[in-house]
Amino acid sequence: MDTSHLLSIRDLEARFRTEDSEVTPVRGVTLSVGAGETVALVGESGSGKSVTSLAVMGLLPRPAGRVSGGQILFRRRSGEMVDLVSLPLPELRKLRGSEIAMIFQEPMTSLNPVMTVGEQIAESVRLHMGLSQGAAMRRAEEMLDLVEIPNARHRVYEYPHQMSGGMRQRVMIALAMSCNPSLLIADEPTTALDVTIQAQILALIGRLQRDLGMGVLFITHNLGVVAEIADRVTVMYAGQVVETGSVRDIFRAPRHPYTGALLNCLPARARHREDGRRVVQSIPGSVEFVNGGCSFAPRCTRAADICRTDAIALENEKERSVRCLRWRETFA
Amino acid sequence: MSAAPLLAVEGLTKHFGRTPHIVRAVEDVSFDIAPGEVLGLVGESGSGKSTIGRLILRLIDSTAGAIRFDGQDISRLPERQLKVLRRNAQMIFQDPYASLNPRLRVREIIGEALDAHRLASGARRNERIGELLETVGLQATHMSRFPHEFSGGQRQRIGIARALAVEPKLIVADEPVSALDVSVQAQVINLMQDLRQRFGLAMLFISHDLDVVELMCDRIAVLYLGRVMEIGSSDDISQRPRHPYTRALLAASPKADPDAPKIRRMLTGDIPSPMAPPSGCVFRTRCPAATDECARVVPKLRSASGGHRFACHYDTAHDEEPAAA
Repeated sequence: MDTSHLLSIRDLEARFRTEDSEVTPVRGVTLSVGAGETVALVGESGSGKSVTSLAVMGLLPRPAGRVSGGQILFRRRSGEMVDLVSLPLPELRKLRGSEIAMIFQEPMTSLNPVMTVGEQIAESVRLHMGLSQGAAMRRAEEMLDLVEIPNARHRVYEYPHQMSGGMRQRVMIALAMSCNPSLLIADEPTTALDVTIQAQILALIGRLQRDLGMGVLFITHNLGVVAEIADRVTVMYAGQVVETGSVRDIFRAPRHPYTGALLNCLPARARHREDGRRVVQSIPGSVEFVNGGCSFAPRCTRAADICRTDAIALENEKERSVRCLRWRETFA
Repeated sequence: MSAAPLLAVEGLTKHFGRTPHIVRAVEDVSFDIAPGEVLGLVGESGSGKSTIGRLILRLIDSTAGAIRFDGQDISRLPERQLKVLRRNAQMIFQDPYASLNPRLRVREIIGEALDAHRLASGARRNERIGELLETVGLQATHMSRFPHEFSGGQRQRIGIARALAVEPKLIVADEPVSALDVSVQAQVINLMQDLRQRFGLAMLFISHDLDVVELMCDRIAVLYLGRVMEIGSSDDISQRPRHPYTRALLAASPKADPDAPKIRRMLTGDIPSPMAPPSGCVFRTRCPAATDECARVVPKLRSASGGHRFACHYDTAHDEEPAAA
């Protein structure tokens, strides 16, 4: 077992029961996050990236959703490795919010609208750190200061609706940081924000990550954000990890055809067409979950017969992994 | 500009609410769009970009200013005289889930536009709906389906087909690709480029995404708190920005390149409320170069070169390197 990582997800599979069937939105996720490292989990709608993050937090909606296979190994502050999948719920609850924290896309729906932001942070540190009410409120103030909210002394008494979207996201981050987590899971934390505010929040997360030495699993669909913050990147497609590598390797020399095609869809990589119009390469069709064979094969320009029949394992080579039978022929 | 503009907006202003709670959504905005030209409106929340789109189509009424479409000021025309505008200017919306009636089949959704302007009836109606669907990359047989049977990208294509049904000269596209995944966004961008070429459509393309706007548009207007900060060709704005806000916006957009410089001039603070915009230059509270004059005097748009204009008291042209493309 690799114990050097803070978080190590192995062959994760998650299922959801619907009225008359069962779907498997996650069916082969392997990724790791080291201490002090930022890993971006990238994918489009339906890739399973958010279900993966909810599985780590033990927040899959019950009873419909469950982890049906694999392990989520987490190294506790004590050094002990625990499997979050089999950890009893009371134990998991202790970890959540203290050693593992999470921030979400929409801070308005994640904060309690009828509690001041100070009370919300204080509640969390009382619960996890056993602080008194007075000490907890002082900690709340410190945390607002830490996330660069001006005039923190007064703003602890404000309610979420009195704040802008950017300020609310700062409060979410303050709440997440309040118990010194070793792992932060950030699920599209800047997607709802304006670009100048996004830049502030990314810089803030980067600074806290460096100062506090946290591991960060950053879930996003935005490749610009990935290039900005990630040390390593894991790309998901149709519930599976298709590629992992350093941020530079992924952007400079992608090995999976999906990764390459996705990068070419970026407007910044547009080319001039004969009529003078600028166009981008697109990926035809939409995501399909394929059983047996590669899920990307129906949209892949490099697919061969073998891609449509054989199960494809995630192949590891040094710091990289790729789930493609033909990457050597097509990208080497 | 050689050709007479298809759309000329002058001093367009929109205030919502009553004193003392007036939201100054759009303040003295002027621009024009030539036939076949695509103008991008870029800005963050509260910049007034969507409001401008709705004003131009007379979905809401302006507080002041003129909107000349094909030479005629339509800003005060009564609804019954707006048929020409409705026939010639159409809208594409951001959310392909909310903008199609879930109870109607695609045939009705597109057919309504044809019926309203008596463009096709009987057998010709179905034929025309089929043609429109094929124009946007769908199949004629899709007309008997309901919106929920389509993916987000396909729904956006249906929205585009509906807009095209009346053969408009101008399309107002309000964040048409913002809700779509990158790979689907690319499909829709390319489709819109094809349609521009094929039908010579003019467009007002509203987006917060500078990369998409730069790709799609001939010219770009940068808005902040309801005012035009800078307007110019796509190259002017992206390569030679003159307004501090444009520069900050470019610097804040993450580049999909891990080797791009990470340190950027960052704007501090939040966008002020349009209910209480700052005096003088509305950008001054976040501007790194603001002076006392900026608090007193509203800067007028002034010319940098050709059609490139910017609203700043100071000329920052040679202060620093232009932002990287």
